[in-house]
Formats: sequence, C-alpha cells, structure tokens
Amino acid sequence: MLRLIQFAFLLAALLFAARVADAAELRVPTDAIAGAEVSIPTTGSGDATFYLFGPGAAIKRSVKLGEDIRLTGNDLQFSGRYTAALSNGESGVFFVAPSKPADVAFLARPSRVPASTRQVISGTAFVFDSNHNLVTQPTAVDFNLGVSQGRPETRTVNTKDGVAYVILDSGRQAGAAQFTASLNDDNVRRVVQVTASDPCNLRMRAQPAKNGILVETDPIRDCAGNPVPDGTIVTFTEVDNSGRSTVDARIKKGVAQAQLPQSDSAQLSVAAGVVVGNEIHWSGR
Amino acid sequence: MSRILLISTVALTVLFLAIGTLTAGGSNNGTPKTPEGTVQEMLASVKARNWKQAYSYVANTNTTDLNSFISDLNGANGDLRTFSSLANVKTRVLHATDNDAVVRADMQWATAVGGIYDSHDLQVVNQNGSWKVVWPVQKQPNVPPQVIPVNFLRWDVVTRGAGDDWGAQNVEAPHVRIVSMNAVEYEGGTVIVGEVVNEDTVPGFVSVSASLLGKDGGTLGDESSFDKISHVLLPKEVSPFRIDFPKVPLREVKNVHIQPNSLLVPASADPTIGVLHQRLEQDAGGHHVLRGELTNESGQTVNIPHVLATFYDNQGRVIWVSDGYIDHALQPQTPVPFSLALRDDIAPKVQTYRVSVNQYSINRQQS
Repeated sequence: MLRLIQFAFLLAALLFAARVADAAELRVPTDAIAGAEVSIPTTGSGDATFYLFGPGAAIKRSVKLGEDIRLTGNDLQFSGRYTAALSNGESGVFFVAPSKPADVAFLARPSRVPASTRQVISGTAFVFDSNHNLVTQPTAVDFNLGVSQGRPETRTVNTKDGVAYVILDSGRQAGAAQFTASLNDDNVRRVVQVTASDPCNLRMRAQPAKNGILVETDPIRDCAGNPVPDGTIVTFTEVDNSGRSTVDARIKKGVAQAQLPQSDSAQLSVAAGVVVGNEIHWSGR
Repeated sequence: MSRILLISTVALTVLFLAIGTLTAGGSNNGTPKTPEGTVQEMLASVKARNWKQAYSYVANTNTTDLNSFISDLNGANGDLRTFSSLANVKTRVLHATDNDAVVRADMQWATAVGGIYDSHDLQVVNQNGSWKVVWPVQKQPNVPPQVIPVNFLRWDVVTRGAGDDWGAQNVEAPHVRIVSMNAVEYEGGTVIVGEVVNEDTVPGFVSVSASLLGKDGGTLGDESSFDKISHVLLPKEVSPFRIDFPKVPLREVKNVHIQPNSLLVPASADPTIGVLHQRLEQDAGGHHVLRGELTNESGQTVNIPHVLATFYDNQGRVIWVSDGYIDHALQPQTPVPFSLALRDDIAPKVQTYRVSVNQYSINRQQS
C-alpha cells in the first residue's frame, strides 16, 4: 500500500514537471523602434494564438510556442505602448520609440505682416520620423526668413518634446518673405507676405483741371520706403463756401488722384486711414 | 299704374347716374375739383401702378414725357425705386388760389431695405377748369458717348486646398480695428456708434457686434451693425457703424463689449464715388439735414447707393451716425443729390462730419 502511494506521488510529480516544462513564456522587446522588425522569443511547445494591440495596430496570429514571433516594420509603424499576449494568458507590455527624424511639419503665422514690426512672425516646427511619429528626442531645426535681395534671418532651435518654436521680426523690405524650416535635407517652405506699413509723409499737389481741381499725391510709401499697395484708400477733401467735398480715391501705380469741384477759395487735405497728409489752400490756381 | 312705375324707375335711374357723375370728384373718369384731390388722385394711380392714368394729371407734359414720368416713379436702371411701391400718402395744402396751389405730398415707399420717406411740394395749376400737377421730374443729363478706362485692382482669394499638407497656412482675415466708439441715448434706448478701419492691405467683409452688460454683469442685449455700416472695406478704408438697442435704457448699461469681425473676400476697387458739396442745412420743416451730391466716377451704373454720415462733436468723438439709401441709380459722371436727416437735438453739438458711400451694383461682381 505504501508503495502504491509512493508511485502515485511520483506520477503526480512527473505530470507537474511535464506541465511546467510545457508552459510558454513571452519575452517582449525593450528597445523596439517604429518601422523596424522585432522578434519576440517564446518558450514552451505546442500551438497558441498571439495577440498584439497598440496605437493603430491590432494583430491576431497563430504561433508555435518555442519559436520566435516575428513582427514586421508595418506591424509596429506607430510609436507608443503595445501589449502582446498569448492565448494561454501570458502577456507583456512594451514601448515602441520613434525612429530617426525624417520629416518636419511647419506652421508659420501670420500669412501677412507689416514691414519693420518686432516679434510678429512665428514659426513652429514639428519633427516626425518616416512613419509620422513625433520625435521627442531633442533635434535641431533651422529656421530661415528672408525676402529676395534682402539679408535673411536664421535661427537654429532644438525641439522640446518634438516641437521647435521661433518668433522673428519682419524685415524692412516688403515682399513675399520665404520662411523655411529645415531638418537635414528636408525643407518646408511657407510664404509670409511682408506688406508696407502705414503711409509716411503723405503729400499731395493740386492743379487746375477742365472741370475742377486735380489733386494727386506723390508716390505713397511707408517710412521704410516700401510702396503702399495699389487699391489702398486715400481720401481727398475740399472745404469751401459751398460745403465739403470728399473723394475716396484708390492708389493706382503708386499714386492716388482725384478731381474735386471747381472753387476759387478752398482748403484741400488728404488722408489715408488714420494718417493725415499735407493741406493746401487753393486760391483758384 | 305699371307705366307710372316704369317711368319713375327710369327717372330715378337717370337721377342717380347724374348725381354719381357729378359727385365723382375722386374717380378716375372725372376731374377732381380741388388741388389736393388732384394730387391724391394722381398718387392713387401711382400706387395702383396705373401710369397712364397718373400721367393724365400732369400739367407739364410738354417738358415731361410719359417714359420720364414712369422712370421717375417706377424706377429704372435697377435702382431702389424699381424694388419699391408707394405705400402711404399724406397731403396738405400749403397755398391755394383760384388758379394755382402748392400741395405738400409726404410719401412713404415700401422698399427692399425698409420704408423710405419722400416729400414733395407739388405745384398744382388750373388748366381750363381742371387741376393739373406740375410734376418735378429730375432730368438726367445725357452722358456723351465715351470710353472710361477702368483698370482698378481686383482682389481674388485662393484658399488652401485638400491636397495641401496640414501645416500649410491659409490666408488670414484682414486686420480691422475699432478706432472710436461711443454709447448714446436715443428715444429711451441705447445706440452704439463708432468707426472701424481696415488696417490691412487686403479687402475685408467687416461687421461689428456689441453686447451691453448691466450692473450685475448680465447681458442686456446682443446686436450687430446690420446695414448701418459699409461692409466691404478696402485697405485703409474707414466706415462708421451704428448698433441700435431700442429697448435698453443707457442708464442700465454698465459696460459694452464690442467685437469687430472680418472675412477675407474678393473685391474690386471700382467704383469711386465722390461726395460733393456736403453741407448741413435746415429743410422746409426746420429740421436739420445733410445735403450733397454723389458723383459716380466709374463707367458703370451704380444701382443702389447707400450714404453713411458720421457726425463728430468738438472733441472729435462720434456722436451720431445717419444713413440713407438713394432711390435713383448713379449714372456715370452724373451728380445725384442726396439728403440725410440729422437729429435736431444733436445738431447744435455737431462740429464736423464725414460722408462715405456704400454701393450695390447688379452687374458688377462684388464678391
């Protein structure tokens, strides 16, 4: 009877050892890179079902225990937290890091700025790898802002949590400023229109015309010498005994002109927006 | 007996017909007996759009043909009068003799932009025993055939497309700024007046909205400038605005939040409209009006001009904004008179004023 009990214990121990020897183990990677292949070793024997889920990925696959589970670059193209599991309950969590910086997205604001204005143009660059994962490792981004034939302004800024930010002054020269963010060989270009500021030293002259007084400004420029854009409103005013006459003229080819009613004695003035120009006392000639 | 009845019936019928004919002073077939009745009859025909009947009351047919008369009262060239109808007429005799009279006709036109009030002192003359109206048709001078070069700017907008990457910036709305603002009391309500300027180098569609806050911080009302503003502002253009809160007394208002909004829109720099000979006067009723002339310096007809006037006190503050639609189109190079009412109570405070013109044109693409 004792021998029988000893034999039963021995059999149970052997069955337990065999069961332990059959148990699968999942060894998840510790240095996975997005877009790169990864092998996950398993132990044990027999068939099992492998599950993988993470950002943008959900995979179910039949595997043989004891062999490596191979995950392709496509399976792990998004960086983030992944969970791997086997049908027998074994599971593990691992993180996939972004790969090398390969792409930059660039926001430039605003699309239009007046010339000679401080701290007005902002550029924000987001650095991504080849799979559009935000690269959180510090990366140097070159910003360059320049108008053709002008001296460009260049800054190099390291990203913080994947973002590099710069704020720049607008140049004195009006025109389409090329604002670029560069990362290695990748350049992203935006156009910031630098426009003339308010008119400076607005001046007009008057001369008799066939049916009135012809008033015309000198070429209208801002204080940096940039021509004020055509289409800008310039208001001419004539005040005489018969009342006040105003014409909202548009700048055309750099100057504005209008015809005011005939008068023997009138006060003529000119303004553009909130900028006032010179006055002329008109005495009929 | 039956013969007597028949004769009586015929006699009564003839009698009634005679009485009806004699008393039909207001009918279209008869001739009114009074100058005021004549004006009323003529304007009743205008109201009914019976132009030939209305024209039959006109005295000065030698200087005013039927087409000119119809154009004057029914509109032409897509002007505001073509979208109007005569709603009400009040007449009053100012002066009368046996041969002539002056009758004031206060007309209210129902138009697409609200009621428009028009007043005429009509001369009525007795011609061969019947009263006729001397209708004051404004003669439009003919513009000589000519070529008016129009080479003003036009702004078009290309917005970002679906194929652009997400970082590609769109063109942004123009920068506009409130340059002055004032809250005034009017007929027990509150009116916000001020000016807004487009500081940018591109045109914008601008509106101004305001919220009135009470002493407890609660909102008393929200309104926008609606049509008391020139909505399309070219670069550096200044427009007045007025926002009415008719049911909110000014004494209850603790604070005003005002918000200019702008959108980048395609626009044309054409047309240029001159505002000539502006002057503050008093009309026949002793009320203050701002009068002047509009001149369209472009080569196309401006169908509906809209005049906006800003009035300032001696400190340069905006104290009132008036507006009015002109019911006749602006033909090229042709002056058209306008008059805007100014509140009599603020007229003594007005130190200076500024007039701007908004316009709506049927054939011109504005946006």
